[in-house]
Amino acid sequence: MKAEDNNSRRNFLRMGMITTATAAVAGIGLSKVLSKDKAEKGSGEEVKVLSADGKVFVADSSHLKLKTHTPVTNAESRIGIPGKKFVMVIDLAKCEGCGKCTIACNKMHHLPKQREWIKVLEMQDSHDSAPYWFVKPCFHCDNPPCTKVCPVDATFKREDGIVAIDNERCIGCRFCMAACPYSARVFNWSEPMWVEYSAKQGDTTSKSTCCSKIEDVDPTDNDAPPERFFESKKGCVEKCDFCPHMAREGKLPCCVTGCGKDAIYFGDQNEDAVTNKSGQTVSLSQLLEDKAGYRFMEELGTKPRVYYLPPVNRQFPKPDMKNSESKS
Amino acid sequence: MEHNNQKLVEQVERELLSTIGQKYKNERFWIGLLTVISLFGVGAWIYQLKRGLGVTGMRDYVSWGLYIALLFFFVGISLIGALVSSVLRFTGTKWRYPLLRIAEAVTLSAILFAGVMPVLDMGHPERLYYLVTNGRIQSPILWDVLAIATYFTGSLIYFYLPLVPDLALMRDKLTGISKFRVWLNKFMAINWTGTPLQHKLLKRAMGIISVVILPCAISVHTISAWLIAMTMRTGWNTSIMGPYFVFGALMAGCAMMILVMALLRNGYRLQHYLGHTHFDKLGMLLLALTAFYLYLNINKYGVPAYNMEKDEKEFLDDLMFGRYKIPFWFVQIGGLVIPIILLSFKKIRSSIRYIVPVAALVMVGAIVNRYLIVVPNMLHPFVPIQHPLPGYDSYNPTWIEWAISTAGFTGFILFIILLFKPFPVITIWETMESVEKNGVDEVGLEYMSNQKYAPRYENYEN
Repeated sequence: MKAEDNNSRRNFLRMGMITTATAAVAGIGLSKVLSKDKAEKGSGEEVKVLSADGKVFVADSSHLKLKTHTPVTNAESRIGIPGKKFVMVIDLAKCEGCGKCTIACNKMHHLPKQREWIKVLEMQDSHDSAPYWFVKPCFHCDNPPCTKVCPVDATFKREDGIVAIDNERCIGCRFCMAACPYSARVFNWSEPMWVEYSAKQGDTTSKSTCCSKIEDVDPTDNDAPPERFFESKKGCVEKCDFCPHMAREGKLPCCVTGCGKDAIYFGDQNEDAVTNKSGQTVSLSQLLEDKAGYRFMEELGTKPRVYYLPPVNRQFPKPDMKNSESKS
Repeated sequence: MEHNNQKLVEQVERELLSTIGQKYKNERFWIGLLTVISLFGVGAWIYQLKRGLGVTGMRDYVSWGLYIALLFFFVGISLIGALVSSVLRFTGTKWRYPLLRIAEAVTLSAILFAGVMPVLDMGHPERLYYLVTNGRIQSPILWDVLAIATYFTGSLIYFYLPLVPDLALMRDKLTGISKFRVWLNKFMAINWTGTPLQHKLLKRAMGIISVVILPCAISVHTISAWLIAMTMRTGWNTSIMGPYFVFGALMAGCAMMILVMALLRNGYRLQHYLGHTHFDKLGMLLLALTAFYLYLNINKYGVPAYNMEKDEKEFLDDLMFGRYKIPFWFVQIGGLVIPIILLSFKKIRSSIRYIVPVAALVMVGAIVNRYLIVVPNMLHPFVPIQHPLPGYDSYNPTWIEWAISTAGFTGFILFIILLFKPFPVITIWETMESVEKNGVDEVGLEYMSNQKYAPRYENYEN
């Protein structure tokens, strides 16, 4: 859909005019007339445009700019997706510690291999109890200690339950990292690496020299940036973001679809439904009831939005704790 | 007696006026050295700004390090002003007068650098103004910024108010100083002529600020304690943190005061004015504060050590018997127990030669303890650290951090030295007033007849 030269763009726009109404429904934003800049001469070809709020007006075709992503304003990305309450369930009985969720996450967010927004840990609660794999994303707490301490509202709680970070606002004080009891947050200590997994596995380039970004979006365009909190920036804090841009399109986060064993469910608490990789949609309350779902360190009172199903009747071998002398 | 006192008052005026513009011993060398170190630190900071905080030893687990430890240290030191100027004022202590301005200068410089340290630690210092444009009052950082700004302003006022009569005195009596200095003295003396009304107003203003500054001082350090106490982390999440910080700060401030006094006494030939009485009394204060701080330490570590809750156990094991055992026991034994024993002897307390190393020991212990408050806790999060990247499971400050931190210290001392270039080290009018009323012994002045130790007369003509 990328329009390189004027001709093809014009052609596409013509086609767009015909299908404007349907396109809007389909979620392809096609409007936004640039201000009538005198310096920029139009092509003289006038086209009728239907704006997002339903108005029809005439514009020069060369003044039109194509948006291929769902337009989401800054304000909207701070509010979140209306009517949703995102929730995740991780079935520890199904997890075999393969780490594919981490790989999928890194691929989606263009993170280098060792930078883990979702971690797979080997846990053993006491000496004689059985070890198990523990998958730890950000818990997107309902009483988040991290947003409470942020001095500039750079990290905030959205109405859809997601705890997000505005990396244009973050001052890098790292108070949120100190406040998070789950070590979910990581910091860009130096210029972050932008990893292109699609081109070549592990092909890393410095972010500043990289030009192609996800969905080809101009990040300086404040009018309609996509929901992308995850773009790593030097001197800013980042973490698991529950893939809000995927949720906006009704898709599952990449760790869910990347999981090898259907161990992660994601869904909407308002709908009381969660879905796993295979597409099985089950009732959240029923799942938590049947499998004795719990939340990690409930005693902290942070009210996480991630539930765990205990590692009972495990289908896969337990981790070998000898390899991971925990703590320090 | 009356006549004798009058003569002494005149001597005090003469000697203290002559300290102004006097050069500190080897002044050029010291100022040059401190400036070079400070500038090197500035260079290191510019390098850090360009490369990012990756040039420091901090990583995702230990995300706060030396800079935050120093922030706590400087905020702590700054409490000495409130202790000397307010608390000693309320108790009617007569020997406090010669210490007042030194204490306020230390406070002013310390709180200034306490404001600088967190900026050095920021990932995006250029976004600092967001604290104003997008500030959220729920965040303890906002409280800290407000408290530091308030305390700095209050300390500035408290530094300036008692300076006004001195500036008038300098305006009237100093000769042979540069035109700029003449203008500065005149401008800053704001037409002070010493009328009874002016005296009354000044005394009242100083009375108000001495009351107001005390809650400011306590809040500023309590809030820096809350920066860590208000997180859910083992070892930090404890209600003792506020008093622990405040009393640790008073202790460190007292030790710093002794050290700075010793330096100025030597450097400016103030042997008449900073005498054994002052060191002895401050030594006693330091003894009380170290003893109380030891008590707080026993509470802070002893109670969780008895309970041995799982996470506390791992943390305390690391602190007391693991990686941090040497600094930990140094702070407890070297920085507290030994100084308490030494300071118990009057001989040591009242000998300037002996009390300075003891104060230095307390000071080093206080700095190391700030480091221990910040760093080891961060290595013990609730979720275990597993398969960390190299360098992520420990914290070793890099030379960049050392350079910047050292520059913080030298800048702190440099600021004090520069502050005493245009202004007298010892408040002249208050000392004179007190000598007139109470006599030299009560104020703690000594050897007044021994001219060997008197400041040289340079800019003063009778």
